Amino acid sequence: MSAAPARRTDLRYRLGLNARAVVGRSYPRIIGANREPSWIVFEAFLPLLGIASYVFIYQAFGTRTIAAIVANDSLTQAEREAAIAGAHLWVNALVATVVLGGTMVAFWLNVLWSMASQLYWEKEIGNLQLYMMAPMNRMALLGGMAVGGMFMTSVRALSTLAAGVIVFGVVFQVADPLSLLAVFFVTLIALYGMGMMFASLYLLWGREAWNLSALMEEPIFFSSGMYFPVGGLFKIPGWGPAVALAGSLVPATLGLDALRQLTLGPASQAAILPLAPVSTELLILCVLAVGFLVLARYALAYLEVLAKREGKLTSRHQ
Amino acid sequence: MSYAVETRDLTRVFAGKKHRFRRKRTADEADEHLGPVTALDGVSIQIREGELFGMLGPNGAGKTTLIKILATLLLPTSGQAFVAGHDVAKDPFPIRQRINMVSGGETSGYGLLTARENVWMFSQFYGVPSRVSKARIDELMHVFGLWDKRDAKVRMLSTGQRQKMNMIRGFVTDPDILFLDEPTLGLDVNAARIIREYVLNWVRSQKGKTVLLTTHYMAEADQMCDRIAIIDKGKILACDTPEALKRMIRTETTFRLEVDAIRDTASFSSMQGVKNFSLTNDIGTNRSHLTFILEDEGPVAEILSLITSQGKKVHSLQKSEPTLEDVFISMVGRGFE
Repeated sequence: MSAAPARRTDLRYRLGLNARAVVGRSYPRIIGANREPSWIVFEAFLPLLGIASYVFIYQAFGTRTIAAIVANDSLTQAEREAAIAGAHLWVNALVATVVLGGTMVAFWLNVLWSMASQLYWEKEIGNLQLYMMAPMNRMALLGGMAVGGMFMTSVRALSTLAAGVIVFGVVFQVADPLSLLAVFFVTLIALYGMGMMFASLYLLWGREAWNLSALMEEPIFFSSGMYFPVGGLFKIPGWGPAVALAGSLVPATLGLDALRQLTLGPASQAAILPLAPVSTELLILCVLAVGFLVLARYALAYLEVLAKREGKLTSRHQ
Repeated sequence: MSYAVETRDLTRVFAGKKHRFRRKRTADEADEHLGPVTALDGVSIQIREGELFGMLGPNGAGKTTLIKILATLLLPTSGQAFVAGHDVAKDPFPIRQRINMVSGGETSGYGLLTARENVWMFSQFYGVPSRVSKARIDELMHVFGLWDKRDAKVRMLSTGQRQKMNMIRGFVTDPDILFLDEPTLGLDVNAARIIREYVLNWVRSQKGKTVLLTTHYMAEADQMCDRIAIIDKGKILACDTPEALKRMIRTETTFRLEVDAIRDTASFSSMQGVKNFSLTNDIGTNRSHLTFILEDEGPVAEILSLITSQGKKVHSLQKSEPTLEDVFISMVGRGFE
């Protein structure tokens, strides 16, 4: 038997192939997903309602504190004004904490329900077998999904952030925009790397892995401190620090903590209870990003072979 | 001889279903539980480069399983399969560069993208430069009569239009080997004709292009294929040109009868001279269509007598040239329905 004439397999060809695959796979999320204007209601406006409940609680605490300060006759006018300004700063820091957390929730939900479970949905609609039959690298497929998801969710998250700033009057102070960008992007890479790793599990377990996502959603909202300063968990004796450390394995936890530190200025640090210095958190995020991507690469290769052996790359009805 | 596809004693067994996170089955459910299923059982075929090769068989015969193995989506349990000279289990990358696959009733793509965008997206996974891809898509959209719908969102397309889009997806990457798994399933006559004509022209007009077509439409296989393998229950029963297959039963006689709806056919099986027969009931007309493969014309009188003795009327009796369906009935002892 003679093989058919060879097609290109050189490095340049492979790089081009995989770059095109990333662009191709990200296209439906970047272009297609924004064709339905209803996303503005569902993904930018509705999340504000969840954020609002926490904001109102923190604002109520602030109002009580300010009322107590005003009622305190022992304070001089200057001391009273300083205490009220401090209370406002504290409330602003907590509200900003919630708004930033609500923004990061968009990414976490996208990673958990869209990125991780995407291959399951692709299988259901019949795309997966076409993807797996194509010559592109599987990481290019996941990379395309991640790039598209990051872009799409960034648009939604920024909308939520802008709406949060306007509606709740949050004031941010960014002294180091470069660090802010670095933390943001490394957090996203680590977070989507984690999503890519989960995605490979869905290849094999499909709908059964759905339970894992459901299982992870709420505990990680809590342990990552999406709506409160995660450092607060260290104030809880016993299980608090353990939960915070476990939550730190999810890149959103450290990323969010660093973003809060970088956007709220030194005067608010006491309110947001940082876990660790930004540089330490950035370093850990870099390690997590590389680690998750490497794990995703090997998990996907291993589970693809397993899925091919068990006949799970394609739907039974196809 | 250069083979585009070759399989050697290919076997694929699907294990019974396991549910890791589900409750234990009740006794009744356990009874219904399916054990291992042998989808392919020692299949050996060779498909030459430039050939339009058909796999003809009923649902569940193993056609799709074979295509999935050849498309590197499934590993064989035992045996070997080579596509373009490369082992599907050990060396999938060069195979994937050369193949594409289109299935009937496929629902792939994204509803929010247009037909053109969907095909373009899939072409990117094969590294086709955008300029080349877009030019090919436009050309194919014209050929398949989808030009007017090129910018329609996929979710707005009809089944036929969607299948035409899938076919364009299959051709846009310029594969050397194309797997077509019942590509005209559920399509109207016109859409099916356009697809058949294009596939035929594609194979005939270009050197080295190979198609493996699975179908259970006899006429489609007869009209299109250079050679046909008849497959049932995972085994290849025969493999030859359509003419040669029909010649195999030309010494036999085929009779078709239309009679009042008949249920009891057990007596036909034991009748001397009846090699095989099939029965199709038409609920609309309340009639049965019987096809008999006979060793000679001898048993006809006895068959008619048996039918009329049951009080059933014979509406028509026709002696006909053997078709591929007759070949299948002759080999398997039943039709596709």
